[in-house]
Amino acid sequence: MATAALSTAQPAPGQAAWRRFCRHRLALAGAVIIVVLVLGSAIGPYLLPFDDTYIDIMKRFAPPFSGAHILGTDELGRDVLARLMMGARVSLSIGIVAMVMAMVVGIVVGAFAGFYGGVVGAVLMRLVDAVLCFPTIFLLLALAALTEPGLVTTTVLIAATAWMWVARVVEAQVRSLREREFAVAALAFGSSNLRIMFRELVPNAVAPIMVAATLNVAKAILLESYLSYLGYGIQPPAASLGNMLNNAQIYLTSAPWLAIAPGVAITLAVTSFNFLGDGLRDALDPRMNIP
Amino acid sequence: MARYVANRLAQAVMLLVIVSAIGFALLHLAPGGPLSQFAASAQMTQEDLDRVTRQLGLDRPLPIQYLDWFGRMLRGDWGKSYRDGEAVLSVISSHLGATLELMTTATIIAVLLGCWIGILGALRRYSLFDSLATVGAMIALSIPTFWFGLVTIYVFSVTLGWLPAGNRETVGDGSFLDLAHHLIAPAMVLALVETAMWGRFMRSSMLEVINQDYIRTARAKGMPEWRILTVHALRNALLPMITVAGLQFPTLLGGALVAETVFTWPGMGRLFLDSIGYRDYPVVMGILMFSATMVLIGSLIADILYAVVDPRIRVG
Repeated sequence: MATAALSTAQPAPGQAAWRRFCRHRLALAGAVIIVVLVLGSAIGPYLLPFDDTYIDIMKRFAPPFSGAHILGTDELGRDVLARLMMGARVSLSIGIVAMVMAMVVGIVVGAFAGFYGGVVGAVLMRLVDAVLCFPTIFLLLALAALTEPGLVTTTVLIAATAWMWVARVVEAQVRSLREREFAVAALAFGSSNLRIMFRELVPNAVAPIMVAATLNVAKAILLESYLSYLGYGIQPPAASLGNMLNNAQIYLTSAPWLAIAPGVAITLAVTSFNFLGDGLRDALDPRMNIP
Repeated sequence: MARYVANRLAQAVMLLVIVSAIGFALLHLAPGGPLSQFAASAQMTQEDLDRVTRQLGLDRPLPIQYLDWFGRMLRGDWGKSYRDGEAVLSVISSHLGATLELMTTATIIAVLLGCWIGILGALRRYSLFDSLATVGAMIALSIPTFWFGLVTIYVFSVTLGWLPAGNRETVGDGSFLDLAHHLIAPAMVLALVETAMWGRFMRSSMLEVINQDYIRTARAKGMPEWRILTVHALRNALLPMITVAGLQFPTLLGGALVAETVFTWPGMGRLFLDSIGYRDYPVVMGILMFSATMVLIGSLIADILYAVVDPRIRVG
């Protein structure tokens, strides 16, 4: 009986976090939208009778909701909905893969800088500061100008311009966790430095890392859309949410629907990941709450 | 104070060295490196290339080359554009005015609107206005700037016909009213993200201040509420905004590039994109270094200013 009373008085930390997360309705909505977008872009193309690169020159510029093409067709008579689904597939994949790459680099740099401190930490963190001096879009475009555009380069370049924030977060966490008893105990047990860093310290910083990861996906999707819109990301005929807007400006007067669907999709995806990140921050770390 | 400034200056110089090293490395990563312009022309034989390599000093060790390049950067010799042979620094400065005009206007809009939204949100916390502003700010931060530009053009230029769809002036006109008319749409687009950021920072800064003890003391003394808010709370809440201005600078520059592209605004961002299209590496690298240096100086000024107005920083 005493245990029952105790368990109601103090729910497990995980449960409390889950409850806080559910209270954050916008984050929940974000999570639902992300699931819908992922499922839609993964399964959707198989349900449509149209191929995203199939050109039907007789049916150029069909407006939305007119006949077979639900979202209409573009300047080459390709089905906009099919391109939207394939484009979302490309954009979401880039967002997630670039996030994973940025996380790996950021965590490694942050862990080393935070753990060793001193000269190593100073050099690594000044490098982070220096890269942050370059406005992201400028750096991204300059790098893109030096490489051959494509799926892999776009992903790598976005990761290359996004790891610095993660490194800052991880460095601050590791620097403070390093002094805690469990870290000192691990050292006393004779654990190697690498083991302490990546088996003790980094796992204890998982909450802020998860928040950073979620916000990073939002940022990566946004950067992909900028890069592809400007013509240095995903190259046609392959679709991405950004390059679908490539020609939209020319046809803004005659076919405005070409600009609407991809833009709404990008905004929806980025907003959802941002709200999800916000909700995770509130749920996982109540101390980070602004009073 | 002098000690703080000296410290901060030394840091900035060190950062500049690292930034320039990254810029130098990128220059050498370019296909063909600094020689690409010559390698591209078919008449150049390998012998010619070797000769140019020696003339330009590209056969020297890399550290020497870097020092030489850095020295020339400091003296204002940033190389010549591949396109028309004009000096890079003068190409940049001829486009800088348009960009600064756009950035300044957008910042003024964003600061006024963002601070107002943030202050009101903090004072009426969790009200309908505050919730709408919070959600609106998050959406504003998630909208791709170029798409917002397209929507603006569609609504205000194509449908309503109120605003011009691009360019800085009507050819042959160029009066103040004409310039202002062209400025509205791009400035509005650039200001969107900035307003959202300023609003969020202003809200949290204001919330932090109005929960302080000295505000409660002022209330307890029976001071009128407007006086508490303007004289005691607002003055202190505005201080951290200086740092925000510094932090916002890179985003502002990047946003300007995108807005300039959508609205064919003849600024530095458009020049950057054009230069990338022409593979004009000296100008590309020049603008990259220039923007990074601007960011560096911006954050240096913000930090020093903050220390001037808030003595706690200098001591701590």
